[in-house]
Amino acid sequence: MTVVKANMAGTVWKIVVSEGEQVQEGQDVVILESMKMEIPIASEAAGVVKKIFVQEGDFINVDDDILEIE
Amino acid sequence: MFKKILIANRGEIARRIIRTCKKLNIRTVAVYSEADRESLFVREADEAYEIGKPPVSLSYLNIEKIIEVAKNANVDAIHPGYGLLSENPNFAKRCEEEGIVFIGPKHDVIAAMGSKLEARIKMKEAGVPIIEGVDVAIENVEEAVKIADQIGYPLMLKASSGGGGIGMQRINNSDELSKAFEGNKKRAQSYFGDGTMYIEKYIENPHHVEVQIIADVHGNVVPLFERECSIQRRNQKVIEEAPSPTISDATREKMLEAAVQAAKYIGYTNAGTFEFLVDDKENFYFLEMNTRLQVEHPVTEEITGIDLVEQQIRVAEGLPLEISRDSIKMKGHAIEARIYAEDPVTFYPSPGTITLLELPEGEGIRNDCAVESGSAVTPFYDPMIGKLICFGETREKACERLVEALKQYKLEGIKTNIPMLIKIASHEEFRKGNITTSFVDEYYLPEFQVK
Repeated sequence: MTVVKANMAGTVWKIVVSEGEQVQEGQDVVILESMKMEIPIASEAAGVVKKIFVQEGDFINVDDDILEIE
Repeated sequence: MFKKILIANRGEIARRIIRTCKKLNIRTVAVYSEADRESLFVREADEAYEIGKPPVSLSYLNIEKIIEVAKNANVDAIHPGYGLLSENPNFAKRCEEEGIVFIGPKHDVIAAMGSKLEARIKMKEAGVPIIEGVDVAIENVEEAVKIADQIGYPLMLKASSGGGGIGMQRINNSDELSKAFEGNKKRAQSYFGDGTMYIEKYIENPHHVEVQIIADVHGNVVPLFERECSIQRRNQKVIEEAPSPTISDATREKMLEAAVQAAKYIGYTNAGTFEFLVDDKENFYFLEMNTRLQVEHPVTEEITGIDLVEQQIRVAEGLPLEISRDSIKMKGHAIEARIYAEDPVTFYPSPGTITLLELPEGEGIRNDCAVESGSAVTPFYDPMIGKLICFGETREKACERLVEALKQYKLEGIKTNIPMLIKIASHEEFRKGNITTSFVDEYYLPEFQVK
């Protein structure tokens, strides 16, 4: 199990995957917006998206959990 | 005459406007979001009102809330600064309806120039050269490919309501166009609420040169020379200077004349900037018009000795311009470096707390800065936290001062682009004035890609 975390403070602009979806290592799962720039967040592992902890529009801080990969 | 002005902006530009208001004995009203409570501009204004949550849509873009504060505080005028609501025709219109003077042009002129497609058509009518292209909104990929075949590759795909490089992309062939069209259209729709796209021919290795004008309500238009803004990253300016080291006096005259002609044709009032692309044969083409004060206005102020915010206020009060084309003399050279809270190589933002800030000081050094030691740089707004402007009798002198001042700039706690600025300002090609919009890609980034 891997938890994808935010590497930067920002607002969740887009969630690109849904729960139950198969993802590859390095695949973008969420796009954050910080300081008017889109920052793609990639999954560090391959697997199935088990749970998404954030919603589009949420503000998150560095190291906040974004989603869980199994 | 104005007694009180509300500033519908934040950061360094709010402080900049407060400075001129103080000089003119005008009281200032700041509006701010929760995230900006501790900001310098809030403290420096005579009055300050919190208007909402940190995201701009809930604070700095909330037109009705700002109008309400303006009415309650009984202000004569609103200065919109740059960005945010400064080029929003509805905001200008709401101010006009409420009897508050909007310090800028009339709302219909803002609307006409805000649509890049409409601006293109207007400039063509005014006799200003425009880039080869087709003056229609493109609906889908098939249409885009058809039009692209007429114009030829490479080309520039652009969003009509775009800004800050968003929705804009260089396209080399029909494959790339098919891949890029929908994404850029969607992005433009989501950022600007308008997904209208159009296509222009790509100008190879262009310079970005813009002409500053100021126009009063009595039909007088005065050009305040040009600014060279070719050093960019992510299609956004990083270093700007005046005058441009890349154009001849004859080209300058032609560009100033074109800007005056264009401003008169559209009935422009207040401060405005005509942006042009200039090719290697010094042909120039209209790019877009900014109907507001610009970030890089200080370099024009430094070489002319004119306070642009003061001129804006005078014009908004209905006074005729006291300056004329003949009365303005260009003295020396000025360069501005934008200080961004970002990684100097990846350009990714770096929000956080500034633990220490010591600004460089000395002759010919000007700081237009938003922050101080202890300031929080939040993820909600633009990464620009300040501007360093250096003046010299010659370009060489201004460059030397800039490098020295950048080296003295002490900013700790977050990453900044200062190392990048030092590299560029000391670069041999930059010193020679060999600057195009691809400078960062050609001369700066390769050094890091090798490692």
